[in-house]
Amino acid sequence: MTPVEPRALPRWARYVAPIAVGVIGLGLWMLYTSVLGAAPRMLPDPVSILQELIARWDIIWADMLVTGTNALIGLLVGSAVAIALAALAARSRAVDGMAAPLVAALAVVPIVAITPVLNTMFGASSQFGRQAVAGLAAFIPVFVNVLRGLRQTRAVHRDVFRASGATSDQTFRFLTFPTALPYLTTGLRLASSLAVISALVAEYFGGPAEGIGTAIATYAKSGRADLAWAYVAGGIIIGLAFFLVASLLERLASRRSSA
Amino acid sequence: MTSALPAAVKATGVDKVFTGSRGEVTALAGVDLEVAAGEFVSLIGPSGCGKSTLLRLIADLETSTGGTLEIFGKSASQARQDQDYGIAFQQAGLLPWRTVRDNIGLPLQLHGQDKRTRAARVDELTALVGLDEFVDHHPDQLSGGMQQRVAIARALASQPRLLLMDEPFGALDEMTREYLQSELTRIAAETQAAVVFVTHSIPEAVFLSDRVVVMSPRPGRITDIIDVSLAGERDEALRESPAYFERVTAVREALHGTHVDRPNER
Repeated sequence: MTPVEPRALPRWARYVAPIAVGVIGLGLWMLYTSVLGAAPRMLPDPVSILQELIARWDIIWADMLVTGTNALIGLLVGSAVAIALAALAARSRAVDGMAAPLVAALAVVPIVAITPVLNTMFGASSQFGRQAVAGLAAFIPVFVNVLRGLRQTRAVHRDVFRASGATSDQTFRFLTFPTALPYLTTGLRLASSLAVISALVAEYFGGPAEGIGTAIATYAKSGRADLAWAYVAGGIIIGLAFFLVASLLERLASRRSSA
Repeated sequence: MTSALPAAVKATGVDKVFTGSRGEVTALAGVDLEVAAGEFVSLIGPSGCGKSTLLRLIADLETSTGGTLEIFGKSASQARQDQDYGIAFQQAGLLPWRTVRDNIGLPLQLHGQDKRTRAARVDELTALVGLDEFVDHHPDQLSGGMQQRVAIARALASQPRLLLMDEPFGALDEMTREYLQSELTRIAAETQAAVVFVTHSIPEAVFLSDRVVVMSPRPGRITDIIDVSLAGERDEALRESPAYFERVTAVREALHGTHVDRPNER
């Protein structure tokens, strides 16, 4: 038996195919909710969700800003700490030995689970607990990837730098860091999604009454399904924005990383 | 050698023992070698004869465990820091995120030369290796032979008086290889740099060198030094001359006199 090689899609189909899937999905959704009327009460049809999203955009946007800012601060601070610690670990075996079990431990902690503790620690009116959760979640993929990236320099490149009498700072700036850069951006892409999810989910565990997550919980409980779903759409927009920016960075960084 | 200039390389009783988890391995034992300024010397021998190790000792990429090694009368470490030599490896080892220009200029940049000085020198070097049109290309846009020429240009960047080459043409096809051999003899003549060239190709060693150093393994040592002394220019006619074949035979016999069970040399 010869394996059947799937034929490559023509260019137009690559754009049309996902759109078609989306349209079919929406059609089935409409059929289930509006035409058949069989859907549970908490699942409205997509059109009313969209209407709600447009009608309440100003309050949704305000909450998106809160959640988005929490995720961004967490992502930036968590990544910065991860990069600094990975750089130390790559240079010193002692630091690496101390950091490795710590990071492994951190990686298995369900980070959002410590949110109530953080909220109590830093006060129920502070966004800090949520930012800390996002930061912790972002820290791990960035640390793991950067540390790996810092160890990817090729022997022949190290020889060239040593033969040229490069100082260790120069070797880091011109060789080790550029080699690690694509790994850093991969870590950032993973971390960006995690930061958004963590910041949002952290809101379910109390804290200030602002943010997408808080709003989804509130409106779901009070039965305003349209608005709850419109907030979910707002959360998707945040996640998408973070992912797209991070993917763009990754693509730029890995353009010349092979050869 | 009675020249007043210090020898490019002067090795006296050089030993190198690698200590690993499975005990000690003697890579080189009692190597004596002198390479005069401007001289072209090839190191040839089967795998494991320590020819690359000797080159890496000269480059101060490894440290010898015995004997003395002087590069232009200095320690290997001092010579490395002073950029007295340039080096090229079997892999071109170009930085993929840098253009040809910035790859060639790397050693100059590491030594704090400003952009304008670098640009002038890079222009000279790309002309020397015939890559003027490709200065703004990235390595992945070049063929293997072109990448290797960039690596040679980079090795020559800080105008070294000694060029160290570790099988630089080993990964190239035969046509490219012969072309680059001719180019290298021209470049060596123009720059008047001494060259220490590691290879396992007998014709390559004979074509390029003033002297061919024959080495044998376990432990790595020099068993013979053959004076090639082919007069005149290294051109394509030389490859078919009787004198050339005579030297090739001489080197082959010297190699096979060293108990090589695997005569896999070209």
